[in-house]
Amino acid sequence: MAVRRLNAVQPAQFAFTPENLAWASKTIAKYPAGKQASAIIPLLWRAQEQAGWLPEPAIRLVCDMLGMAHIRGLEVATFYTMFHLSPVGSKAHIQVCGTTPCMLRGSGELIAVCKNRIDGHSHTPNADGTLSWEEVECIGVCANAPVVQVGKDTYEDLTPEQLTKIIDAFVAGRQPKPGSQIGRVASSPVTGPTTLTDPTLYDGSSIGAWKKRFEETSGDQAEKTQESPPASALASPAHKAQVDAAASPAAGEAKAPPVHPAALTAMANAGLVKELEGRGSGKALSAGEIDKIKADMIRDRAAAASRNVEPELLKEPRGGNADDLSLIPGVSADVVDQLHTMGIWHFDQIAKWTPQNVAWFEVQLEGFMGRVTRDKWIEQAQKLASGWRPESKAGKRPKG
Amino acid sequence: MLHDRDRIFRNIYGFHDVGLKGAMRRGAWDGTKFFIDKGHDYIIDEVKKSGLRGRGGAGFPTGLKWSFMPKADVRPSYLVINADESEPGSCKDREILRHDPHLMIEGALLASFAMRAHTCYVYVRGEYIREREALQRAINEAYEAKLVGKNNVHGWDFDIFVHHGAGAYICGEETAMLESLEGKKGQPRLKPPFPANVGLYGAPTTINNVESIAVAGEILRRGSAWFAALGKPNNTGTKLFQISGHVERPCVVEEEMGIPLKELIDRHCGGIRGGWDNLLAVIPGGSSVRCITAEQAEAVTMDFDALGKLGSGLGTAAVIVMDKSTDIIAAIRRIAYFYKHESCGQCTPCREGTGWMWRVLERMERGEAEKREIDLLFDVTKQVEGHTICALGDAAAWPVQGLIKNFRPVIEARIDDYQRKHARVAAE
Repeated sequence: MAVRRLNAVQPAQFAFTPENLAWASKTIAKYPAGKQASAIIPLLWRAQEQAGWLPEPAIRLVCDMLGMAHIRGLEVATFYTMFHLSPVGSKAHIQVCGTTPCMLRGSGELIAVCKNRIDGHSHTPNADGTLSWEEVECIGVCANAPVVQVGKDTYEDLTPEQLTKIIDAFVAGRQPKPGSQIGRVASSPVTGPTTLTDPTLYDGSSIGAWKKRFEETSGDQAEKTQESPPASALASPAHKAQVDAAASPAAGEAKAPPVHPAALTAMANAGLVKELEGRGSGKALSAGEIDKIKADMIRDRAAAASRNVEPELLKEPRGGNADDLSLIPGVSADVVDQLHTMGIWHFDQIAKWTPQNVAWFEVQLEGFMGRVTRDKWIEQAQKLASGWRPESKAGKRPKG
Repeated sequence: MLHDRDRIFRNIYGFHDVGLKGAMRRGAWDGTKFFIDKGHDYIIDEVKKSGLRGRGGAGFPTGLKWSFMPKADVRPSYLVINADESEPGSCKDREILRHDPHLMIEGALLASFAMRAHTCYVYVRGEYIREREALQRAINEAYEAKLVGKNNVHGWDFDIFVHHGAGAYICGEETAMLESLEGKKGQPRLKPPFPANVGLYGAPTTINNVESIAVAGEILRRGSAWFAALGKPNNTGTKLFQISGHVERPCVVEEEMGIPLKELIDRHCGGIRGGWDNLLAVIPGGSSVRCITAEQAEAVTMDFDALGKLGSGLGTAAVIVMDKSTDIIAAIRRIAYFYKHESCGQCTPCREGTGWMWRVLERMERGEAEKREIDLLFDVTKQVEGHTICALGDAAAWPVQGLIKNFRPVIEARIDDYQRKHARVAAE
């Protein structure tokens, strides 16, 4: 976190110019009625553009325009680091990216230039108030490092000498040419692009080419099997086999959706402390042991997910009447909706689930890993399917 | 090698007309209505079958994500496009926004239609001012041509708005982005509920990276089998790679998933500065993944699974190359400082831990530390990792873990060196 405070000296008031006021009302209209608070960052930004920095009366004014408490505006202004809470150089505020990709290509020397030329400290305007600088975190121009941003523009592929020239230009009131300073086009390799040299990409000949795929495939055989072969060679025979398998309709349906290990990790971290404890021996575990157990668990689950089998699903409830699935403790209203979407309407459907069905279900219902077993859905559904009902909706679990 | 005609981003460097006319000539907005007429489920199905995994870093299957959106809900659905590209090393969305914006706008319409959303917000990071101007110009063109908007030619009412941040890395986290978009500090929300159930303004929302959205149109046009045949199993398609640091010619380039790192660098970047013998380490997926050693870098392929096996990750495919002139401790210390600066301050382990890790690394860079502190530092990274609401804690811990795992002797040598220089002279 960065500690950011309002400047000690503040102007008495701030008012938007008429043009900016008109722009503000257009901006507020982008968001749904009652959600005008969404416009706070754009409005504060416009205020900063008008004043050169963000004075406190501007924050209050914007809050009043948006019907927000002043403290909410102060929170936003102090949280987002592009808001200058104190005055910056009137001609240029040099923002040098200092993060690792730029650092590797010499941003340290650019910072040295700023320190020599402007002030030893960042955010401190020079004697006549025309220049200031700061080291900013990654500004997302990494392939053109090192880079500085001044106002709206970035100056890329810099050397200390070029930065000096750029600062000179701003002092003289000129606008230096933005972009790469070594003559390359955007982020293409400096010796010219190594790709995108095929002229047929740009002569319009690719327009409509996709239609062929649909003309060739007549009848219900569908596009799946008859697609024109891809231009690039397939990576490996194993991969080709997999692509073919996925393309044939029968295999496509049985195939489980892939689950990313990171998603499983997140789920494991989120709701499975209990299971973790269950897998341990009950005593306090060291970080290494927990990691090992976690890794095992993720592996088991990934294996289970790949083995999963789709349970019986119905397009609609039998006889038009679905069971009240929310009677199962642990099944909330939105889970009920999702169950319905999947095609699960009755207690007896859940009662019949095998562990492979549970694995299938958990993959569908992202983020609820372990809930089915933890809340004993299957036992509950079996009891409910037999006609038993709890005394009240708030719910006693079936005993025994 | 990937053929030019299999590349999706055909104007990634801006050599050609960035306007609507030029984009259409390159194939954007071609047949969009045909695919919309095929229905919501067709689009989701095609994207699922293509094997597209989210391009924002976590690699979650995009089609699956879209299918989580409720099919009938009284609340409006929203698509939010994550253009808050802030991961150190990443600079690909910028090129899409300023040079190929129509691919993204078309993808936004298709994705919104697939999940029955009528409104899309594009959250562009605050620093990308020219980029959001370019995007707004493209959106205005699309409105004028009635490609989007109310009563557009595609028959699906669709509004797309540009929103922007003001310098906060954490807003790239999907729930922090929603908070920011609602006009608050960007502090991540607890999940569940997931955004697909309770997202922007409490309504169902899907958040996708710019690149994931921008490839949707081309996947539909060329077919899911085309996309799935590129790359490797479970790591399909093409990807924008961004190579920075100590290579001869840093650049952004679209290549096939699973391309060997060595081929990527040799073919497009002219090799490592000083040759491959001069390579020290590579951060293959943006600052938050663990670095890999030169030896690993020579053999690895650039995909989620191969890099995951090395304990690293593909992330955003932002390759940061470090040659032997690099002080690796300083490089990771700077990353640690980045996370200290960008922690939102909500969870104690991250707010305090990121600063703590940075301060210890500052000392280790000078050698002013004890060797036992290396283990202590590792232990602290483990206390931060997995103990925070969002993944920033993990992201801050992993680079430090990668440093200790791969370069422990360097730290130890630095400490020895310092102690030799500052050894107390024994009293007579």
